[in-house]
Amino acid sequence: MRDVRSEPAIKALRAQIEQIEGRRRARSTLPFGIAELDSRLPGGGLAIGALHEVAGDGGCGAAATLFAAGIAARAKNKVLWCVSRADLFAPGLAQAGLASGRVMYVEAGDDKSVLACMEEGLRHGGLGAVVAEAARLSMTASRRLQLAAEASGATIAIVLRRGRRQAGAADFGAPTAAATRWRISALPSSPLPVPGIGRPRWRVELIRGRAGEGAEFELEACDAKGRLAVPSELVDRSDAPRARRGGASA
Amino acid sequence: MLAGREGNRRIVLAADGAAKTAGLRVGMPLAKAQILAPGLIVQNADAKADAKALDRLAVWTLQRYAPMVAADYPDGIVIESTGADHLHGGEAAMLAGLVGRLAASGFAAKAAVADTLGAAHALARYAARPTLIATLGHGTAILAPLPLEALRLPDALSSELYRLGFERIGDVLAQPRAPLTLRFGPELVRRIEQALGERAEPIEPIRPPDMIEARRAFAEPIAAAETIARAIAHLTSQLCKALELKGLGARRLDLLCRRIDNQAVAVRVGLAAPSHDARRITRLFCDKIETIDPGFGIEVMTLAATVAEPLAPKQTVSPLGEAAAADICDLVDTLANRVGERAIYRIAPVASDAPERSIRHIPALAPETGATWSPHWPRPARLFPRPERIETVALLPDHPPAVFTWRGVRRRVRRADGPERLFGEWWKREVELCAVRDYFRIEDESGARYWIFRSGDGEDAATGSQRWFLHGIFG
Repeated sequence: MRDVRSEPAIKALRAQIEQIEGRRRARSTLPFGIAELDSRLPGGGLAIGALHEVAGDGGCGAAATLFAAGIAARAKNKVLWCVSRADLFAPGLAQAGLASGRVMYVEAGDDKSVLACMEEGLRHGGLGAVVAEAARLSMTASRRLQLAAEASGATIAIVLRRGRRQAGAADFGAPTAAATRWRISALPSSPLPVPGIGRPRWRVELIRGRAGEGAEFELEACDAKGRLAVPSELVDRSDAPRARRGGASA
Repeated sequence: MLAGREGNRRIVLAADGAAKTAGLRVGMPLAKAQILAPGLIVQNADAKADAKALDRLAVWTLQRYAPMVAADYPDGIVIESTGADHLHGGEAAMLAGLVGRLAASGFAAKAAVADTLGAAHALARYAARPTLIATLGHGTAILAPLPLEALRLPDALSSELYRLGFERIGDVLAQPRAPLTLRFGPELVRRIEQALGERAEPIEPIRPPDMIEARRAFAEPIAAAETIARAIAHLTSQLCKALELKGLGARRLDLLCRRIDNQAVAVRVGLAAPSHDARRITRLFCDKIETIDPGFGIEVMTLAATVAEPLAPKQTVSPLGEAAAADICDLVDTLANRVGERAIYRIAPVASDAPERSIRHIPALAPETGATWSPHWPRPARLFPRPERIETVALLPDHPPAVFTWRGVRRRVRRADGPERLFGEWWKREVELCAVRDYFRIEDESGARYWIFRSGDGEDAATGSQRWFLHGIFG
């Protein structure tokens, strides 16, 4: 299978579409620092000034939380975290690189006001990242957030989907206007030569990406600076890291 | 004890707890009181000073709690809490906080929330222990068992009613109103109607003399949202000029709209840092326009800076040096006025071993200290407010469980780290004198990582119940 991303005709077409969409300036991105992951994303990283959706595999989605925290940690400026219930543990987030001094928490009662607070934070434009925890995200709401994020141009918007267990990719819910959609699930940690738990590992699934393909990676969790890493035994393998080709592209 | 003059008699007006146990009652002649309690300390009541003190207290309440406050002489304060309670965490929290703060400064206060001023007045004085919240639309049932004095009747009238056998408010309510008016005059029915909300009773809000305010009266009453927004913009620019002249910045602003039916509607906004930026303040008020019910139209709008603080001019843009970090004050204000001041916060570390005590909320704009938690001990991303019981199979005393059941699902533990032993903080609480928790980080077959602990050291029953709990989840 040929890699469609390198086709010059496709590139020209893409530039044309972007021109029609009215995005003249090049959108900045926040790279993950992992070549395989960044090459899957348009612009070589997570788009700044766009909405991203992250879901966990279970009820609590702690891995998804830390994934979002790691992105927020690598963004500049302050971070706004909108929650509906307060069960985040700040010391845990600090260990993923998100220093407590940088985060402002807003406790809003329900999904609707959480998303309204998120929009307010995006419209302000001076924040590095806005994270909101919501169980549901409708097409309309996500489009509003996406537009607000685009208008700010400097803020990464992350909606952390919480709620009941999701069985598969099809169950993720209705389509939204988010630029990328991720699912993070915990994998057994890196093996240690002694009893104990090594560095946590995640299965990072890029379920949907605007102008990109879906992919799946096995990565090591955020370090103290919020960076992900490729597991060491995979780095040295002759075969390229396990990147599944051919997810839904949009 | 306080003594005062009523006509020619000197009577007891107020007595403290000790005097009351000695048998003193309010309204008793002073001579009798002095016989009952020799060595009684008698102070002359000073009604004027009392009224002044009550005014000061009303202003204090105005600045902290709600935009419409009036002193209700001689012994009460009326607060119109509509639209103000959610900023204090609801009615119950607001009342508890108010009474608690007053108690801390030496006032024994009682408070009640009800649909009407009359009902709240009655409940605060005759039913609150020390606070009471009547449910919305409480009707007459809650007032019926109260004594007649609760209706704010003149003494002569209530004693006349007593003589005729009326004791409770319910007794009077059961009577037809027209004969009551004929027999006792209009006062009784007026008070009844006020208590039931059938007759409007506007409160005249207190204004401290040095408060900066801007006022605008309209030739024609206004009601449309756009017109109100324009009027607000006009008022704020006027007010901000006045503030700037005095070198002040507003922290809390109240907008009072007097409607043509003589009712007042109030909106309050708060700012996290003093400001006299008209555009920002206008925006905060415009967010709230939908909460203003203009009724048949608004006649007069008054904008007041209830709390103002000195504001030094500051250079914000400099051609040298790097661009300053974006100012987030206005975002904090917008959000605080939307969800309440307490719902927006940052988290700061506390030096405590107990995980649930190692964090505290600080205001969103509090200066940054740079303090952080120890990075050596892994901490979960989510911590349950209450540890959840789990069923385990574990070797004692210091092994992690091999299997555990949480929320009805049985999980096999593959890997584990621990124990991390945390001791109770005996210097804080007596019961924690020998309490011990052994925390383990465990991973199940699917790779999910949990933070569990055993209450107790596994050997000594004094250290805890030896039960297992799940406290948090790692990513």
